[in-house]
Amino acid sequence: MTVPVLTILALLPIVAGAVVMFLKGATARYFGLAVSLVTFVVGLAAFLAASRGTDLSEKHQWISSIGAWYALSSDPLSMTMVLLTVALVPVVLGAEWRIGRTGDAWAGGADTGDSPQLPGSIFFGLALMLEGLAIYCFVAADVLLFYLFFEATLLPMYFLISGWGGARRRAAALKFLIYSLVGGLIMLVAVIGLGVHSGASGHTTFLLADLVRMNFDGAIGRYLFIGFFIAFAIKAPMVPVHTWLPDAAEQATPGSSVLLVGILDKIGTFGMLRLCLGLFPQASAWATPVVLALAVISILWGAVMAATSHHLMRLVSYTSVSHFGFMVLGIFAVTTPSITGSIFYMFNHGFATAALFLVLGFLVRRRGSADIKDFGGVQAGAPVLAGLFLVSGLATLGLPGTSSFASEFLVLAGAWGRHPVYVAVATIGMVGAAVYVLRAYRRTMTGPIDEGTPPVRTDLGGREKFVLAPLIIVLLVFGFFPKPMLDVIEPAARATMSQLNMTDPQPVVKEGVK
Amino acid sequence: MIPLDTVPLETVLPVAASGLFSLAWLMIAIPLAGAGLLLVLGRRSDSWGHLLGALAPIASFVIGLVLFIELLGRDPSQRNVSVPVYDFIDLGSWHLGIDLQVDQLSILFVLLVTFVGSLIHIYSIGYMAHDPHRRRFFGYLNLFIASMLILVLADNYLMLFIGWEGVGLCSYLLIGFWYQRPAAAAAGNKAFIMNRIGDLGLTMAIFTMLAQFGTVNFTQVSQRAPGLSGSWAALLGFMLLLAACGKSAQFPLQDWLMDAMEGPTPVSALIHAATMVTAGVYLVVRSHAIYAQSYSATLAVAIIGTITLLMGAWIGSTKKDIKRVLAGSTMSQIGYMMLAAGLGPIGATFAIFHLITHGAFKANMFLGAGSVMHGTGDDTDMYHFGALAKVMPLTFWTFACGYLAIIGFPFTSGYFSKDHIIEAAFDTGPVFGVLALIGAGITAYYMTRLMVLTFLGQRRWRTGVHPHESPATMTVPLIVLAILSIGAGLVMTGWIGDWLAPATGSHPEHTGVLHISVIGVITLVVVAAGVVTGWLTNRHGVPSEEPATSNPVALIGRNDIYGRAIDDAVVVRPATALAHGISSFDSSAVDGGAMGTAGVMAGLGTALRKLQNGYVRSYGLHTAIGVVVVGVVVILGRMA
Repeated sequence: MTVPVLTILALLPIVAGAVVMFLKGATARYFGLAVSLVTFVVGLAAFLAASRGTDLSEKHQWISSIGAWYALSSDPLSMTMVLLTVALVPVVLGAEWRIGRTGDAWAGGADTGDSPQLPGSIFFGLALMLEGLAIYCFVAADVLLFYLFFEATLLPMYFLISGWGGARRRAAALKFLIYSLVGGLIMLVAVIGLGVHSGASGHTTFLLADLVRMNFDGAIGRYLFIGFFIAFAIKAPMVPVHTWLPDAAEQATPGSSVLLVGILDKIGTFGMLRLCLGLFPQASAWATPVVLALAVISILWGAVMAATSHHLMRLVSYTSVSHFGFMVLGIFAVTTPSITGSIFYMFNHGFATAALFLVLGFLVRRRGSADIKDFGGVQAGAPVLAGLFLVSGLATLGLPGTSSFASEFLVLAGAWGRHPVYVAVATIGMVGAAVYVLRAYRRTMTGPIDEGTPPVRTDLGGREKFVLAPLIIVLLVFGFFPKPMLDVIEPAARATMSQLNMTDPQPVVKEGVK
Repeated sequence: MIPLDTVPLETVLPVAASGLFSLAWLMIAIPLAGAGLLLVLGRRSDSWGHLLGALAPIASFVIGLVLFIELLGRDPSQRNVSVPVYDFIDLGSWHLGIDLQVDQLSILFVLLVTFVGSLIHIYSIGYMAHDPHRRRFFGYLNLFIASMLILVLADNYLMLFIGWEGVGLCSYLLIGFWYQRPAAAAAGNKAFIMNRIGDLGLTMAIFTMLAQFGTVNFTQVSQRAPGLSGSWAALLGFMLLLAACGKSAQFPLQDWLMDAMEGPTPVSALIHAATMVTAGVYLVVRSHAIYAQSYSATLAVAIIGTITLLMGAWIGSTKKDIKRVLAGSTMSQIGYMMLAAGLGPIGATFAIFHLITHGAFKANMFLGAGSVMHGTGDDTDMYHFGALAKVMPLTFWTFACGYLAIIGFPFTSGYFSKDHIIEAAFDTGPVFGVLALIGAGITAYYMTRLMVLTFLGQRRWRTGVHPHESPATMTVPLIVLAILSIGAGLVMTGWIGDWLAPATGSHPEHTGVLHISVIGVITLVVVAAGVVTGWLTNRHGVPSEEPATSNPVALIGRNDIYGRAIDDAVVVRPATALAHGISSFDSSAVDGGAMGTAGVMAGLGTALRKLQNGYVRSYGLHTAIGVVVVGVVVILGRMA
């Protein structure tokens, strides 16, 4: 029997996370970090093996009466998301090393007496459990299994938001939970409908590989599509069901925000690609104009909100609303470059947004405020912090030389062949990105040091630099050399294309005149 | 009016790189590595950073010079050398490489960028000697050289775009170099954002090329351009023009260049005069095959160029700030290049010719202005100068060489390059010709005004200011550039037409040294009139502060033709109002009334206990409403 690598990869952080919660102080932190690093190594090895063609999939009968399987797959889309997950968690743990200890006042607001921050060991444990559950979501090859873990991720995330952060974090966590639960409920209906419909057409099954071959045309397919799409749109998050995210990001610690936006929200776009597009090609084509319109609105809406935001963490969360719009645009444009770009975008965005959340988190922790108005001239006292903020910001606005550029370019260039008007409007988001990044940089980092507030005098420390360095390196390396990663991702896009029976638009002028 | 029936020359296919050419990528890699070292090592490299920084562009220049000599010795059909470096994106039918094209056009740019770049690095050693962040300055300058070389050495539009955005970044970083000055930081943002607006044109042009041709390679695009439909050709031409307007500060995206003068003066010389701002002209000339397919797009280039050359000259005539006079002048001179590029095949060579001579004489004058500022305690107000010729003789004489070149004094470099443009403009359309001629007269006026106010007349120095000549690191680059300002045209005029013909797709006539035409003579008369006017009106009785004026012509010029006010009224204020409208809509309507109101948020601390009942319901309700809205939208959207 072969080693069930994917199961190990997912269970390791879940089990270890449970153990970490019962440990104390430094032991919990070191053990937790060690587990996350081991998970990273296993995950990276699995990614490399899968990208060379090794099949790591697992399949066991689970509930035979309803055709539910414990089935995991190691296709390129899944493994890219897994790599992102296992890479970000150690970074988050390193960044939140001091969480829960006295003196770690997160600046969303001071501690209110009646809701003290939970111990750091719980944070480490929850983060690891979330990691494992997210991995399960990404590798699940059975819709019921996917749904179960989709819902299960809510619990650790809820406690991660409500346990540490600003004074109003519980309200924010609740808002997150309600939005997600409603989305989950709608999806549950769709999942049940999927099972029922599959039963009507032969044998009841939730196995993705079987469902893909079934025909969900007509009204049924559309309803099921809408059910899944709404759940994923809330998760992704798309306008107009995005407003839970800024509140969560404002109140949660930066580490939790990275887990939320960098990893968990990707399940939304991942699900759109895998389930919406994969299971309901006809309904997808039917809904495409509206989905694209919502994507473009999200791109612009998020950019506008980020550009008018006064709270640094809300600002970062709105940039993500904009970026998720790009990902959705790429998915529903259905061309090989746009889907490849979209998957690469999901990957890059995790690193870029993590860098931005964390570096601003370090800044906010120094000042005790996240209000842009409370900053000015920080570059003088903390040049390294300023420089890393700038690099993260440039990655966020998709400057060439950072990996975000390659993904944004592929999404837009790929989509242009089918939908030039949508893309033309979406490109305005590129100007918006320059506005929101540079505005935040100018107001916080440049100018004379504000007399009224104590200047930020301490630059980034060793741990903080060490945490940010891998993120920046990934952004720059794939910025200059995106091809290795694209080579891994492209088969996923091709598989989707052939599954949908779609071909790429061909160039109009193929031959040159001499 | 514009003869587009001229059949473009056959596209010359690139030949594979061999020998030295396969090392061409080092020209980019060396300054890039320099920038990386200086920026990552930080303060540890403070003591030697400027020396390393200055060596990098010199090394690139040497490589460029060797390659240029090599090209000179080759048969014209062998002068377009392709240097593949690595695959950037390779997806299906899209092969987007980091591949270089060393040809007649790009090598001239390489020499301009690295030679002027090297001189400006050397100059900056002296100019920035007292700045605590000199090492960071050199890091940014090196990054700029690398980005600019990526831009001009690219063999495809995507790689060009990478360099294009890279130079935009460096421009932003260097304009805002003195970040503690709010005006500098704001100017940097403005430059970057206005450039991004232009960049939309370039990105969409790239998307269009991929959709139409399946490639963005220059050679392949040139070959396939004749297959474009008329409307796509025009659209593509306008997209590229939008990009060129942003980068080259052409109307209506011109206003950032005036504010860019907040940056250190060597930056103004290198980026905002000699090299980066001319990239738009390069883009248009590189895309000549596309413009050959669209009369309207080509005409638009010429019109934009003409408008900008007059606007820039107008602004330059009214400013008191020496750098802003030169900035207006830069706009104006690039306007000439754009006009030339928009004259169709016959103008492209002249555009590049003027681009190169301008690179020399304008860098010369900007560095001269920097020398003046260095000697007068960083003053830029020409009403505070006067009679500096005696105390800063080297600065004066070198500046005078640049002055003669820009006004087109016979046999200086500007004489050859600008006269050709004016003549070509007359050849294609008398309106363009007359306007270009008027521009030449105004140029002579404002440059004479600048010379007289700064170097001649009575001294109007502020108390405590003791003007003095600058150190050798600064004057030697001035001398070199002065020699080029005088001599470059004479050397190049008989040669550049033949040299560039295969790359620009055209072969101009009458470029001889002693070529004299009626229009040439008229131009000289107009220029002389401008000089005399400038001399007479500024010779005597110059006040020591800028006089108030009610003359509308002067007021409009002093306010940059209200570029900022117009941008604010047309774009910034409506966009801001819309953004704030969306913002409040987001937190009220979209978020659901209960959630968004501050009262609920503030009251939540105590309300937490009641959560089980009221709030859960209202959250759930609003989520449900949002969900229903999406569902309804999806369904209605399909029905509609």
